[in-house]
Amino acid sequence: MSNDKLERAGKAQKRGNILLVGVGGQGTILASKVLSEGLMRAGCDVKMSEIHGMSQRGGSVSTHVKFGPVVYSPIIDEGRADILVSFEKVEAARWLTYLRPGGMLVVNDYEIRPLSVLTGAAQYPEDVIGKLKDVVPNLLAFDAGAIAARLGSVKAQNIVLLGALVKCMGLDDIDWRTVLKDIVPSKTYELNVRAFEAGAEKI
Amino acid sequence: MRQIMTGNEAIARGAWEAGCRVAAAYPGTPSSEILENIAGYDEIDSEWSTNEKVALEVASGASIAGARSLAAMKHVGLNVAADPFFTMSYIGASGGLVVVTADDPGLFSSQNEQDNRWYALHAKTPMLEPSDSQECLDFIKDAFDISERFDAPVLFRVTTRICHSKSVVELGVREDVPVKPYERDPAKRVMTPAAAKARRYILEEREKKLREFSNECSYNKIEWAASRKVGVIASGIGYQHAREAFETEDFSYLKLGFTYPLPDELIRRFAEGVEKIYVVEENEPYIETFVKSLGIACEGRSLLPAVDELNAGIIQSAVLGREAKSGPSAGVLPPPRPPVLCPGCSHRGVFYTLSKEKDIVVSSDIGCYTLGVAPPLSVTDSVICMGASVSAGIGYFKAFSSAQKDAREEKPEKQKKPPKIFSVIGDSTFFHSGVTGLIDAVINKSESALLILDNRTTAMTGHQENPGTGFTIKGDATVRINLRDLCAACGVRPENVRTVDSYDISAVTQAVRDAKASREFFVIIAEQPCALIKDVVRRRAGLRCEVDRDKCIGCKACVKAGCPALSPNDGKVEIDSAMCNGCMICAEICPTGAISRVGEFDE
Repeated sequence: MSNDKLERAGKAQKRGNILLVGVGGQGTILASKVLSEGLMRAGCDVKMSEIHGMSQRGGSVSTHVKFGPVVYSPIIDEGRADILVSFEKVEAARWLTYLRPGGMLVVNDYEIRPLSVLTGAAQYPEDVIGKLKDVVPNLLAFDAGAIAARLGSVKAQNIVLLGALVKCMGLDDIDWRTVLKDIVPSKTYELNVRAFEAGAEKI
Repeated sequence: MRQIMTGNEAIARGAWEAGCRVAAAYPGTPSSEILENIAGYDEIDSEWSTNEKVALEVASGASIAGARSLAAMKHVGLNVAADPFFTMSYIGASGGLVVVTADDPGLFSSQNEQDNRWYALHAKTPMLEPSDSQECLDFIKDAFDISERFDAPVLFRVTTRICHSKSVVELGVREDVPVKPYERDPAKRVMTPAAAKARRYILEEREKKLREFSNECSYNKIEWAASRKVGVIASGIGYQHAREAFETEDFSYLKLGFTYPLPDELIRRFAEGVEKIYVVEENEPYIETFVKSLGIACEGRSLLPAVDELNAGIIQSAVLGREAKSGPSAGVLPPPRPPVLCPGCSHRGVFYTLSKEKDIVVSSDIGCYTLGVAPPLSVTDSVICMGASVSAGIGYFKAFSSAQKDAREEKPEKQKKPPKIFSVIGDSTFFHSGVTGLIDAVINKSESALLILDNRTTAMTGHQENPGTGFTIKGDATVRINLRDLCAACGVRPENVRTVDSYDISAVTQAVRDAKASREFFVIIAEQPCALIKDVVRRRAGLRCEVDRDKCIGCKACVKAGCPALSPNDGKVEIDSAMCNGCMICAEICPTGAISRVGEFDE
C-alpha cells in the first residue's frame, strides 16, 4: 500500500460523534460543513444532520456530525456525543445530556439572552460555566466571540470554535486550509484561517 | 467523483443526471433546496410555481408533452396537489413524471406530521424511499425510468433527516434524454367519466405488474445474518437508525426502497427465514399493516412510538430493552429559546399594533409571521394551513354575526359588537392560495379585514422569489404582480385598500382603526422588505438605534414589541448595535423619546 493509502486507512479507523449547538444565526452550519468536508477528504464515511426552517429564527439549533469507517444513522442520541461544542453558554447546559460519560465539552463563553429572558418571563442562570465544570471534568471554555472580534469580525467565532474542536479531536493532520479555501467566501478566507489557528491555539 | 451532499442536493443532481427537462415547486421545508439546486442546471427548465397544485400540473403537462419532469413539495404541499396527483395516476406519464414529497416526522417546521406513504397506496402510484444521499441520487435516476416503463407518476418519498442530512455521494454523468415526439391521445388523457373508467381497469392491471417488479427489483433486498433468529424490515431513515441500533446484534434485514406496492413474495421469503420480525418505521404503521395483512406476525408500533422521529437509542430501548444512557445534567434550568421574529423584522410593528387593539380576532397563516403568536406579542387566534387566514376569517365573521343575531333577539338591551376579524397573510402565501379566499370574501360580503404582510420574499423557507418579487427562480427579471391592483381586480373597492409602511406604527394603527370601522371588506397592505434580504442588510448595515440613558425611564414599553436586540439592564434599556438595523419600532413606542437612530442608509 502506498503511504497515501496507509494514511487514509489510518484515518478511516477514526470515528466520532460531534454535536455542535448554538443559536440560529451563529454559523453552526458553516462550521459543520467545513468539518464534514475535511473528514470526507481524509477518507472517512461522514454524515451530518442539520435542521433548517423555522428553528433558524434565533432559536436553539443543533448540527450532528458523525464519522467512521461506516456511518448509518445521521443523528447522535443522548449520551453518545464524544464532543459537544456549544456556541453559547446556556445552550451547553440545554444539550449536555447528549455528551457521553468522559466526553469533552468545548463551550463559547458567550451569552445570548433569549427573548424569554429579555422580557422578564425567565431568568438567565448564574455562573453557567462554573456549573458545567462541576459535572464535566473535560471542559474547555473561552470567549471565541472576543477572539474573532479582535481578528476582524465576531462572525468568525464559528471558525475559532472549529479550530479548537479539530485540535481536541486530534484531527489537525487534515489540510483544513484547503478545505476552508474551497468552502468559505474568498473575501473572508484570510480572516477564517486566522480564526481557525487562534482556536487551535486554545488547546 | 465523490462529494458530500444533502439529500436535497443529491435529488437535484440525480434529476439532472436522469435527463430531467422540466421541474417545478413551491418552497416548503424540508423540500425547498431541491428546486434551488435544480435551478443551477441550465438543461432543466425550472420554476417556482404559485403553489404545489400548479407545480404538479406544470410537471404533468410537460410529462404528457414528452419531457422528463419533476415536481417537489413538502408533505402538506401534496394535499394541495392531491387533485392532479390522483388523476395523473390514471393518465400516466409519457416523459417520466416524479413527484417528490418531503415529510417531516418530528414536526421541525410543519403544522402536522402526516405520513405521505399512504398517498401512494391511495392513488396507486409506485413509490421509492431512499435512505441516504447516495440513494437519493440513484433512486431518482431510476424513478424516471420506472415512471415511463409503468406509465405512472412515481411518488418519491423523503423525510427531513434524508433531505437535510449530508452523506458521501458518488456522482454520475448526465444522460441526455430527448423530449418524446408528441402524440395526441384523448382517450388516455381527457378524463371524462367514461375514459377515466376505462383507465381505472388499467390501473388494477398496472398494480399487479408493479407488485411483481417490487418483488424482483434491486431496491428491495434481503441482507441475511449468520444466525437466522431475528429479522428487521425497514425503509428510509428507519433502516439507517435500525442498523445503528442493532450494530452489535446478529440480525437480518429486509431493506425496502420500493415501498408501493410492497413486495409480498419477498416479505414471505424473509419471514420464512427468521423466527421473529420487527418493523422499524417512523410515524404510521404503513409497512407493518401490510406485513400483518399477509398473515405474518411482526412487532412495530406496539414497541415503537407513533409520534416524533426515531433514533437508534429509542429503537434499542424499545426492542432490546437496553436503557438509553443520557449524559450529565448541569443542574441549571435553561430558559426557553424558541424561534422569534428577527431584529428589524417588518412584521413586528404590525403585530405590536394588533396587540394593542381590543375586540379583534386574528386569523393568521403559514410563514415567519406565525411567530406573532409568541409572547410578548401574543397575537393570533388560529393558523390552519396555507391561505386559510382569509377563508377562515369569512367563517369567523359568519359565526359571530349569527351569534349576534341570536343575542339581539334574546337581550336587545345587552347588544355587544362582535369582534372584528383580521386575516393576516404574507405576500407569498397570499399568491399561493389567499387570493381565492379574497374573492370569496368580496362576493359573499364578508366584513372581515385582510392584512397582507408584503416583505417581498418567501422568508421562512429561505428567501425564494414569488409572484410579487419580479424575478424568476433563475434571477431573471419578470412581471411583478401588483398586490393593490390584484385586490382591486378581485372586487375590493379601491378606497378600501390601504398601503402602509410596516415600520410606521402610527400609519399601521390608523389603517387598522379604519378597517375596524369599515362595514365592507377592507385590505391593508403593509410593505417593508424582510430584514434578512441581502440587499436590505447591506443598505441598513450602517443604521442602528441608540438609547439616551438620561431620557430612558426604564418603563420597558419598548420591550413589549419583542425585539431580541433590546435588553433591560440596570433599570434602563440597552440596544445591541450588532443586531439592530434601525427599524425604529422601539423608538416609535418609547414614551419619552429616548431612542433615536444614528448612521446612514447605504444607497
